[in-house]
Amino acid sequence: MSDLKQELKEKIITQLNLEDIAIDEIADDDSLFGDGLGLDSIDALELIVMLDKDYGIKLTDPKEGKKIFESIEVMAKYIAEHRTK
Amino acid sequence: MKAQHLKIKEYCRISNNRVLLNDELLLEDLGSDFITFIKLAYKKMDTNYPKFFKMDDLSKLGFLATDILLKTVTQDSEMPKNIALVFSNSASSLQTDRKHQESIVDKENYFPSPAVFVYTLPNICLGEISIKHRLYSENSFFIFNHFNAEYLHDYASSLIKTEKADEVLCGWINCDVDDYEAFLYLVSTEGSIAHNKEEIIKLYTTK
Repeated sequence: MSDLKQELKEKIITQLNLEDIAIDEIADDDSLFGDGLGLDSIDALELIVMLDKDYGIKLTDPKEGKKIFESIEVMAKYIAEHRTK
Repeated sequence: MKAQHLKIKEYCRISNNRVLLNDELLLEDLGSDFITFIKLAYKKMDTNYPKFFKMDDLSKLGFLATDILLKTVTQDSEMPKNIALVFSNSASSLQTDRKHQESIVDKENYFPSPAVFVYTLPNICLGEISIKHRLYSENSFFIFNHFNAEYLHDYASSLIKTEKADEVLCGWINCDVDDYEAFLYLVSTEGSIAHNKEEIIKLYTTK
């Protein structure tokens, strides 16, 4: 699980172009949106594409994303339970 | 209708890995690629806007040139400025359009990026600038084969003379494979350079 969390942090920084943020600055329980990393609605769509492309998880209900993308901790747990690749 | 002689207050050029403001060389980094250069320029110009790194190359170029020009104008005021934006180029958003196309061409590997797709229009650049500088003004992005001084002159003059804008930020922002160029100038009632077709062409062609 800790490898997956590290992988997610790397992917988020690279794919969402978070130029000024280092991996060790993201805590597992930091909020990804709002006051945490400050991601926006386009970032949320990118994360949905990333789940599909890299882990074979298709989110059919966009409302699910709100819960799944709460933090790295929550995301990693969801991916570990639902991944098909 | 305002009857007054308009001027070019300031102008900025970013091309050939150089940044110039009113002919003063602010930065030169010959030899680096566009991505390295624009990142260096962002840091040297003290732009401080994390969303910059999410933009496509065209928006980065337009955003940076505008920020250099408008920093002193909009930073000192709490009030929104009525500065219209009139940009132009020949490549539209072609570079980003191609990137988007590459992501959808293979139906077996069909993963279009929302963050790329949002930049498949050149005028998105104007939105980024308007958000940063709190501009609630007129804006237009024209596609020409070549830099069209006459059209930009007439359009900017009309916006000010009919009181649609107090000032107009005009110019050319073009970005395509290994080729980029930004030339922006601020049309105002203040300044020392006459706002006419000949002066605009002179400033544009003096590289």
